[in-house]
Amino acid sequence: MLRGKGWRIHFFDEMTGQGGEVRSPYREYSDWFGREDTARIQRKTQQAEAFFRTTGITFNVYGEDEADERLIPFDVVPRIIAASEWRRLSRGIEQRVRALNAFLHDIYHRQEILRAGRVPVELISRNEAFLPMMMGMDPPGGVYTHISGIDIVRTGADEYYVLEDNARTPSGVSYMLENRETMLQMFPELFAKISVREVGDYPLNLLKSLAACAPPACNGTPTVAVLTPGIHNSAYFEHSFLADQMGAELVEGHDLRVVDGRVAMRTTQGYTPIDVLYRRVDDDFLDPLNFRPDSVLGVPGIWDVYRAGAITIANAPGTGIADDKALYSYMPDIIEFYTGEKALLPNVPTWRCSEPEHLREVLDRLPELVVKEVHGSGGYGMLVGPAASKKEIAAFRAKLEANPRNYIAQPTLSLSTVPIFTKAGLAPRHVDLRPFVLMSPQGIKITPGGLTRVAMRKGSLVVNSSQGGGTKDTWVLED
Amino acid sequence: MLGKTAGSLYWMARYLERSENNARLIDAGFRIALTRSSTARSEWRSVLVTAGQDFAFRQAHGEDYISQRVVDFLLRDPANPSSILSVVKRARDNARTARTYMTREVWEAVNTSWMTLGALLKRQVREDDLPDVLAAIRRQSAQVGGTFSGTMLRNDGYNFARLGTFLERADNTARILDVKYYLLLPSVAHIGSSIDNVQWETILRSVSAHRAYHWLYGTEISALKIAEFLILYKQMPRSLAFCCDQMNDNLGLLQRSYGEEAEAVRMGTAISRDRLSRPIASIFDGGLHEFITDFLRANAALARQIERDYRFVE
Repeated sequence: MLRGKGWRIHFFDEMTGQGGEVRSPYREYSDWFGREDTARIQRKTQQAEAFFRTTGITFNVYGEDEADERLIPFDVVPRIIAASEWRRLSRGIEQRVRALNAFLHDIYHRQEILRAGRVPVELISRNEAFLPMMMGMDPPGGVYTHISGIDIVRTGADEYYVLEDNARTPSGVSYMLENRETMLQMFPELFAKISVREVGDYPLNLLKSLAACAPPACNGTPTVAVLTPGIHNSAYFEHSFLADQMGAELVEGHDLRVVDGRVAMRTTQGYTPIDVLYRRVDDDFLDPLNFRPDSVLGVPGIWDVYRAGAITIANAPGTGIADDKALYSYMPDIIEFYTGEKALLPNVPTWRCSEPEHLREVLDRLPELVVKEVHGSGGYGMLVGPAASKKEIAAFRAKLEANPRNYIAQPTLSLSTVPIFTKAGLAPRHVDLRPFVLMSPQGIKITPGGLTRVAMRKGSLVVNSSQGGGTKDTWVLED
Repeated sequence: MLGKTAGSLYWMARYLERSENNARLIDAGFRIALTRSSTARSEWRSVLVTAGQDFAFRQAHGEDYISQRVVDFLLRDPANPSSILSVVKRARDNARTARTYMTREVWEAVNTSWMTLGALLKRQVREDDLPDVLAAIRRQSAQVGGTFSGTMLRNDGYNFARLGTFLERADNTARILDVKYYLLLPSVAHIGSSIDNVQWETILRSVSAHRAYHWLYGTEISALKIAEFLILYKQMPRSLAFCCDQMNDNLGLLQRSYGEEAEAVRMGTAISRDRLSRPIASIFDGGLHEFITDFLRANAALARQIERDYRFVE
């Protein structure tokens, strides 16, 4: 039976360890900060906010007035990762992404892992994220997850866990890039003093990586386009930002149609074929002829073009099965099955509430666990036991008992903290990390660092932007 | 470039031009209302008619053309899809759609306009503050125009935005003439006799040209000359002739870069040749009102043809 490791009362702080001396990656920053005038940093913080507003780095909150565009709070204290720490992390991430791809290929071909009994058949066959239409399909270049985001939390000097995999359309990379840009503008002197690895080449790497996955029908330089649901989508800023940075067209469903067996975009001079479509709409909405008939976001007939090898869709349809929360607990097995190695980055111990034994234990220990919906996202519909009132726990218990298969549970992790800048000085807040991973036939590329999300409220463990979380620039130091 | 993107640039420019024109109309109307309270109501009505919003206003407020109410309706009424606030919001939405085709500077200028006006027009504007608010609107518009001409590549996207600007401007100038044409008719003000001083000044103010007119024609004010100035005078940046030349230049550049004969190019040329290459006296002979009605129709037909030729929508 699973056992949580027992929770520490104190948290690991990435700047000061257990509250002692400043750890080595932060030393130079800390010296600099000590000499700075906090009023100046306060001013810079306000400038940063104005900068984000004029640039339009905002997101829309669903269900609220469209005029209400919000800023994701940005904190000016960087999160700093030592070169050695990053080496270890990136090895683990690369292993994981390779396994995810191998798993997807297998699940949509011979399903060896099911035959071997390492993953239960019903977890796939009854899963809505599984796309039977992908059976036997070979996506161009053999790549399923062109772009993935692996969410990682740290719990100690030497302890990391993968919290979840994002293999559909992970977002946030534009914040990673703009955060760095903002820091460069506000504190150029810091970058002269401290050698930080670059992240700004991400859009170019993305373009190269997508182009390397061009379909057989492409002749010449591949035409890449970004498909967005439109300006009211919460991540629209990111879609237009990436298209802009790549020099690719930003298209919507109504710009596209199938012409002569290719997906083509309506230009001022007629229809031009697209080779690689980086889509930021969900599988369901891709093709009203083959999926949801009411979708206006997709392209009627794109599925047939895809099957005929005349367009690359990134990420491939059906990748959702790999980042499903119900499958998450099998990831260590999945990694071992396809790579022959133990997982370099551990999973968070997970109770599957669909299994009666697990459920019983979860119900016993509810006040100390985090319980999540299997298909939920964005920090909605979850219970953080230690932070919940008795009443909330009782209400959640009823929901859990009524529909146990809808939930998984995990120990409440003691997420590491990194200081944020407050009026009263530095104050520790909990963080996680989402590194972004590109995959093409030419290999895997991981941008050093990624997006650090931070719970701005004292003591809060929820870092999601929809729940008041903010972001920080993430520095990976040069060797 | 995508047809949709071309359309977004075109509409962004049209809406921005419209907001600036409406600010100017409000300014001119406000002056009259201040100086001549007896004619204020009919003046506000003609401002609404010129802006194409009289019907919508009457639906909402009846025939009650009170300054405060009209100004609020034109400036910021969220229920009025043509209020300056709504129009700037739509300009910004179009800019967001075409974001990848404009420089960071242009986008930030448009976005800043929207944020600034959103803050300025959050509450009803007091009469005392109106001149400042209108000046701010014009300043925002100048900011966008300046960054646009200073930073944009001279490519097809630029041409589409310019087409939007000048189609809208020509439409606006023609509407001003259309609403006020009776003041310019020889039967009311015979050649040589002066028309109502305040009225002509309003017309010129609503195209920001009262000083330019004096500079050009001295102190002589005549209906014929004002009409000539607004219709045919090519150095006047809001005249019909100037706008049409600009449209034709941009259509010509599009034709050259696309190497494609477009119907819109032919139509644009025909407007200049058939309507604007004649002396003002001959326009008066044929009837000023008829001339303007015909021009508005031709301008609108050209706008529709541009949308078709360059595939703004499917």
